[in-house]
Amino acid sequence: MTGTTLDDYTDRYAQRMRGMTASEIRALFAVTARPEVVSLAGGAPFVAALPLDAVGEMMAKLGGEQGATTLQYSGGQGDLALRERICEVMALSGIDASTGASPDDVVVTVGGQQALDLVSRVFLDPGDVVLAEGPSYVGALGVFQAAQADVVHVPIDDDGLIPAALAEALETVARAGKRAKFLYTVPNYHNPGGVTLSSERRDEILAIAERARLLVIEDDPYGLLGFSGEPMPALRARHRDGVLYVSTFSKTFAPGLRVGWVLAPHAVREKLVIASEAQILCPSMFAQTAIATYFATMPWKEQVKTFRQIYQERRDALLSALTEQMPAGTRWTRPDGGFYVWLTLPDGLHSKEMLPRAIAARVAYVPGTGFYADGTGGSHLRLSYCFPTPERIREGVRRLAGVIEKETLVRAEFGTAAAPAPSRVTWTHATHLGPAAGQAPAPGLE
Amino acid sequence: MIPVMEPHVLILAGGLSYEREVSLRSGRRVLDALRAVGVDATVRDADTTLLPSFAEVRPDAVIIALHGATGEDGSLRGVLDLCGIPYVGSDAQSARVAWDKPSAKAVLREAGIPTPDWVALPHDRFSELGAGAVLERIVDRLGLPLMVKPAQGGSGLGAAVVRDAGELPGAMVGCFAYDQTALVERYVAGVDIAVSVLDVGEGPTALPAVEIVPQNGVYDYAARYTAGLTTWHVPARLDEEIAQRVAVTAIAAHTALGLRDLSRVDLILDASGDAHVLEVNVAPGMTETSLLPMAVSAAGLDFGKVLANLVTRAVQRG
Repeated sequence: MTGTTLDDYTDRYAQRMRGMTASEIRALFAVTARPEVVSLAGGAPFVAALPLDAVGEMMAKLGGEQGATTLQYSGGQGDLALRERICEVMALSGIDASTGASPDDVVVTVGGQQALDLVSRVFLDPGDVVLAEGPSYVGALGVFQAAQADVVHVPIDDDGLIPAALAEALETVARAGKRAKFLYTVPNYHNPGGVTLSSERRDEILAIAERARLLVIEDDPYGLLGFSGEPMPALRARHRDGVLYVSTFSKTFAPGLRVGWVLAPHAVREKLVIASEAQILCPSMFAQTAIATYFATMPWKEQVKTFRQIYQERRDALLSALTEQMPAGTRWTRPDGGFYVWLTLPDGLHSKEMLPRAIAARVAYVPGTGFYADGTGGSHLRLSYCFPTPERIREGVRRLAGVIEKETLVRAEFGTAAAPAPSRVTWTHATHLGPAAGQAPAPGLE
Repeated sequence: MIPVMEPHVLILAGGLSYEREVSLRSGRRVLDALRAVGVDATVRDADTTLLPSFAEVRPDAVIIALHGATGEDGSLRGVLDLCGIPYVGSDAQSARVAWDKPSAKAVLREAGIPTPDWVALPHDRFSELGAGAVLERIVDRLGLPLMVKPAQGGSGLGAAVVRDAGELPGAMVGCFAYDQTALVERYVAGVDIAVSVLDVGEGPTALPAVEIVPQNGVYDYAARYTAGLTTWHVPARLDEEIAQRVAVTAIAAHTALGLRDLSRVDLILDASGDAHVLEVNVAPGMTETSLLPMAVSAAGLDFGKVLANLVTRAVQRG
């Protein structure tokens, strides 16, 4: 007579793995792989718009003609030729030599995600506090949870992070006898909020951070994907100290190559390199060379312009479809770039509880609960317009509108309403709660 | 010497149901088990390219590892019948009845097999008659606690135990997110037991019962598919007489529903030792944490060989 849990390792797992279980949400997302489902969930860039033949030819040469180098290890900080290209890219956001940016201070990473992980490894001890927008990027919340940090969410509005709320959050943390280690923020075309931090607020946020000696982690994957005008100067462009700038080639070129970077002050840079070497030894030399070559030899700025046009057309399709079809009581943000619209459901609806109905109607979104460390945010959901065609987007919104109407009707009949939205500043303990990681969409949905 | 042609087996996995992920895992597990015993097998999704693919490579038999409607409601089996391709498992008609929990429970009750008292109602009926009034009658008639679950579906998705009448409306909303019809049944407290029934040509036999003890008391989606969250006892910790009674009940359910080859009968054993059949699955899970492969192993059988035998039977049926 035997009993088995089919897992002989349960008493050996690290505490941070608690709460990481099979998830109904992940199960529901599995269906989005089928073409019958209009997925407004995934944040996958539309890489089909790249000159794939030319890129393929370039990659073949990198293997055939430069294989002795590209198939070898690289240095832990990353290849110098690529770091120089990275500085050219950052200059478009106002981060250049005049603001102290140098290839010497760039660390190449495996996507922006590893950069966030490195920053957490370097700065966070278990129980430390991180301030992050509420909602915040689900992948960052997963990193903070793994670091056993506590997340304090700071609300956003149409102009991005609210400075007064940041000050309030700092006071809340101080009253609890703690100190926030850093502010994690996505100022441009926020994921999932879709909003952009206004220029005035950028200065206000930096001033608050400076007064509180609060480090700022500026995550900027979408900065070059604005639909109107030039990119707004980054926080790092305004402040050379106290800001770590993280970005990626995943949105401007190809996520499959997994290359990102972090720009940090000298002292921090050294620690990031050591942490990265301990973690991955070095980033892929092949991927780094592919990106450096692409940016040196191909019209990448034209390509980014093409991406912008595609995404703008899809953004327009989504916004017009929402305007035409969404039931009363539904609200949404109007992004001026990037990939995402943040939608607020009519009162009493819960996006996570509604998801099976949406999947049955063959439309998918990401429930807002994934973007809060404590799993609140059920009044909201994230819609992505980056991958589906405008026709599919319109069809997806038509289906979603039907789902919301039906859910409203059912809830009214049974007299049930979801819990109200969270208060302005929410204090959550990522260490003790699994939902952010547990509900994190699979790769490709980030 | 003329070589004997080994059958080519097509495993269907994936699908469009909420259980797609589970199905993909089941499909891979079945593929590994068959290949381990030398059976030529491939796995693929059941999508618009399936039927055209038969023109190029016609399988000798199909194993349906699809969970949810397509795999279990008989419709895909009906299409395979149209194509003249044999498959492992129950025929279309029996699968259709077993898949719909209220229909299956009616058959079981007719056959004198205990199953918790129930009512099944589509959402529209609540709209027409007023949800509050209908819920009151349900509580009056069945009492508390109650089990609310979608009339069709599996893996515990959309299911909830209701211990207080105030929780019932929320459970109904959660259930209707998954299905148009809700099954509300009297909750029977007891030990969760799953009995796999196997018929490789000599009549249905019950494999050792699996006793399910979820860590947090609820056998929900996470408890089913996260190793470590549930303790499974195989064979179940039952005395011989009760184990025998459970086995007889499971075989009776399999037979009453007219099922073929294999099924998994989920029961609850109450404090008096009486077994109540909750549902019967015609396409049971085959993942690493699934109950049928566990029972096969506990019976001292090789999972791959069992599947290979069932394939042979399907091919012979033609």
